[in-house]
Amino acid sequence: MSAGGARALDLARDIAAGERSAVAVAQAHLDRIAEHDGLVHAFNVVTADAALARAAEVDRAVAAGEPVGPLAGVPIAVKDNLATRGVETTCSSKILQGWVPPYDATVVQRIAAAGAVVVGKTNLDEFAMGSSTENSAFGPTRNPVRTDRVPGGSSGGSAAAVAADFAPIALGSDTGGSIRQPASFCGVVGVKPTYGLVSRYGLVAFASSLDQVGPFANSVADAALLLDAIAGPDPADATSIPQAAEAVLPRLDEGVAGLRVGIVSELLGEGIAPDVAARVREAAEALAAAGAEVVEVSVPAVTYGLSAYYLIAPAEASSNLARFDGVRYGLRVDAPTTNEMMVATRTAGFGDEVQRRIMLGTYALSAGYYDAFYGKAQKVRTLIGRDFAAAYEQADVLLSPTAPTTAFELGAIADPLTMYLNDICTIPTNLAGHAAMSVPFGTGDDGLPVGVQVLAPALGEVPMFRAAAVVEAAAPAPAAFEIAGSK
Amino acid sequence: MSARITRDDVAHVAALARLRLDEEHLDLFTGQLAAILEHAEDVEALDLSDVPPTSHPFPLVNVARPDVAGPTLSNDDALAAAPSAQDGRFRVPTILGEAP
Repeated sequence: MSAGGARALDLARDIAAGERSAVAVAQAHLDRIAEHDGLVHAFNVVTADAALARAAEVDRAVAAGEPVGPLAGVPIAVKDNLATRGVETTCSSKILQGWVPPYDATVVQRIAAAGAVVVGKTNLDEFAMGSSTENSAFGPTRNPVRTDRVPGGSSGGSAAAVAADFAPIALGSDTGGSIRQPASFCGVVGVKPTYGLVSRYGLVAFASSLDQVGPFANSVADAALLLDAIAGPDPADATSIPQAAEAVLPRLDEGVAGLRVGIVSELLGEGIAPDVAARVREAAEALAAAGAEVVEVSVPAVTYGLSAYYLIAPAEASSNLARFDGVRYGLRVDAPTTNEMMVATRTAGFGDEVQRRIMLGTYALSAGYYDAFYGKAQKVRTLIGRDFAAAYEQADVLLSPTAPTTAFELGAIADPLTMYLNDICTIPTNLAGHAAMSVPFGTGDDGLPVGVQVLAPALGEVPMFRAAAVVEAAAPAPAAFEIAGSK
Repeated sequence: MSARITRDDVAHVAALARLRLDEEHLDLFTGQLAAILEHAEDVEALDLSDVPPTSHPFPLVNVARPDVAGPTLSNDDALAAAPSAQDGRFRVPTILGEAP
């Protein structure tokens, strides 16, 4: 069989029914990885032997009539900032190169319990800091749709893996848009769940009040399938929501009749490419045609999201990344004293963007500057929450672009602040702790995928997915592409 | 909001963060951090005087689990990735006697 385009729901159903072999499915995807990942570089490591052994175990369980989970035999790619027991976990950083975790992240345990087959760990911007996957210590990932373009970031490897049919589903993490923006660039579905809906245990921390694990998929239904498998309370994560998560997949086909959809006016004007804005308006028309009440809403404070985020996230990162000190795991550069060893280790181990954010955060938190920078950013965060709350009195879900443009060329953006502007539409959701997802909807003038973002308040996943399903059904059929180009 | 970040500030912050910057990176980062901080000054347009800060999406207070012993990592597992270990402990270079 070929790996091409199979959906997770179909694979899991057929494998559980004994109509397809999990080993054959795994092998087909591994073959596709072997053929194309030299160019795309979605993976830091491909776990072929473990995947085939796991798939054989699924086939054995099916043959024996034992219960198998909702992801039985489905290949999945896992972002390389999620701890995997016995498999190197690097965060695409030299400081963690060679680290083999002694435990699995909760989401990794859950996908295993659901029957999924991990095919490898995916590339990312170092410690998830970036919007293009060019900040990886192991080299960039290329966008499979057009390989001279970036896949977005920071979960660029996971987005590329799904777009390239290396795996029908993948896990990523989203701190300021790191699932949604690469999903938009690669033409796949990407979901940032409500903060606390999915456990962060075993996710290497970047900014703890913003980080959230979520799914990538080639369809809205597959994304719902994966979200349902990983969502729910976890005693190992004190910030996980204690109530049981509401299953999304069974509610997917309820439609949008009577659903109030608000177009965010601040995210359709300045800074947004006209072709991208046009696709968002077309998606809104499709929702209206399906019975939704479409209105325009204002969320004024979102325009300050970037400023608040690029103080809050680095501040939290500077604290979280203090643990990488050459003492317990990871890189150590030897020096006569412990302090000199820590300085030498961190200087050699962290790349430029990580060092830049550590310093930005350290500065924002330092004596004399705390109130002026970090304190003000926290107040802006409050305003963003208030403005969203007002908007959600007028609408059940909101609509915006996911990213201001389609995928740009590798190497095109060198200035950090210009790169950060990629995140203007996605950051406000993280600051508010809400849910949002990107759904492919046609292409830009350059023929590259455009993502439409559906936003929802905390625990608004069900109406968000219902709207996303309608957007997906109305979207122009994506253009077929061949993975082609030279390294 | 405040004075523009200087090269000396960046060197000081690097020391606090246990990073050592060469001359080229000191110059590069000083310019880049200044640009990012200048952009952040757009929030000066907002009246934040009566706005409380938000540090976290949800108002969580002292989340605790029942005090019941469960499985933990073994000493060997915890030390398996250590750059240096001895007698069941992490080993580091000299600590005492060095400047803070």
